[in-house]
Amino acid sequence: MKVRFFWHAYLGIQSREWQRFWQQRNRFATALIRPLLWLFIFAVGLGLSDNGYNLKGSSQTTSYQGYLVPGLCAMAILFNSMQSALSIVYDREVGSMRVLLVSPLPRWFLLSSKLLAMGTLSVIQASAFLAIAWMTGVVDIGLIPLLFVLPVFLMAALMLGSLGLLIATWIKQLENFAGVMNFVIFPVFFLSSALYPAENFQGRNSLLYGLVMANPFTHVTEAIRHALTLSWHPQSLAFAIASTALLALFAVRGFSPQRTNVL
Amino acid sequence: MELLANEVSFRYGTREALKNISFRLKSGQFHGLLGPNGSGKTTLFGLITRLLAMQRGQIRLGQHLLNRHAPEAMNSLGVVFQQSALDPDLTVLQNLEYHGALQGMGKQARHQAIDREMSRFSLNGRAGARVRTLSGGHQRQVELARALLHSPSLLILDEPTTGLDLDTRHGLICHIHQLCRDEGLTVLWATHLVDEVWPTDNVLLLHEGRLKMQGIAETLCHQTDSADLRELIQTLGKAQP
Repeated sequence: MKVRFFWHAYLGIQSREWQRFWQQRNRFATALIRPLLWLFIFAVGLGLSDNGYNLKGSSQTTSYQGYLVPGLCAMAILFNSMQSALSIVYDREVGSMRVLLVSPLPRWFLLSSKLLAMGTLSVIQASAFLAIAWMTGVVDIGLIPLLFVLPVFLMAALMLGSLGLLIATWIKQLENFAGVMNFVIFPVFFLSSALYPAENFQGRNSLLYGLVMANPFTHVTEAIRHALTLSWHPQSLAFAIASTALLALFAVRGFSPQRTNVL
Repeated sequence: MELLANEVSFRYGTREALKNISFRLKSGQFHGLLGPNGSGKTTLFGLITRLLAMQRGQIRLGQHLLNRHAPEAMNSLGVVFQQSALDPDLTVLQNLEYHGALQGMGKQARHQAIDREMSRFSLNGRAGARVRTLSGGHQRQVELARALLHSPSLLILDEPTTGLDLDTRHGLICHIHQLCRDEGLTVLWATHLVDEVWPTDNVLLLHEGRLKMQGIAETLCHQTDSADLRELIQTLGKAQP
């Protein structure tokens, strides 16, 4: 099989995701509202306006709103990834998933391409939120931090997209997706350092602290936070990269048309 | 292109859906896969398309074993599923573009093939229509155009006339026969409707997961003293396995 066959197929998958995205462009706007509510209502309502939030391994401090921005970028990616998982289940129900799976190209390639295509859209979603945070003066981002944070966004999108693909493999019906909200998205989000420093759990509840530190979402949030401030936190980055690789491997290897009732 | 199935068996848990099926599809000919609902037709399609993993036996498409050389084997296969495989929210053109790309076709080759298939099925005026706005008959035509886009040498269709009126059904069957005759396409047409198979067609009779008979329809009827295929299938259903 020639390389250009793979390239054409990848472009086809990417193009289809864009077409679907364009059709549901209002989804883009509504998905932005969620992190913006957290940023401009929740953060202000809590009254945490002091500049006491600093980063692990860095002397820089920020306001609570500024602290929230990386977590909310990760949140935008998380929700978009789950939305993509929902679209995989929908594709399966309407039958269009079969067209993908009967392609002569290897299944690992087709699924990886789909993950990458979905991930690109998540990156755009998170970037749009970051742009609003920058335009409203919540964060100050230069060109160089932006260049650093975009690959981290993509890594986060691949990690969370893989999680979405794994979930889509196990969800039998579209109606069951609401359960995912309660049992996956919220625990993943709240048991992380997106809204509060992980250290807040340390000494208060060792079980919760352990869960927060074992949660890949914590590390991807930290990787975004450090990329935005051009600081270096190798543990979080390594954990996030390893989690992305593992989840992607499980998602692609574990995807079975038989299990998902594609036929 | 020939398709060769050798001692293929498949189980869903403890239920045996296919039991030691062996057959050969002859190159450039129309083959009707006949059997009542639940006889194993869709399972067989699942195995040929790799949507089900092979448990026992082998399927060979041309020179390529499906388990070992899947990409090469699948390259020459066109599939029409029982239920639509089109994205209802995309247009006809977008669906065909997507399928062509998944077959590794470049832009130019894709556009030429789309023009060819749209003309073949008289779909030229509907390129920009969303699939969900089309009638059942037109959706089936788009499905066929999609399946033929990459010029496969083997076309398999699983109950492709589901939901179609009599005229559209007849038109579709004639069209596929014409493709076998004119373009040398090998066809496996699964159905439970015996009138979709012509007397001169090859038939495979599937019943409760077993391949009961195979051969030319009128010859099989003659050999078993059956007036027609319907009577032959009824006789097979009554006979002990």
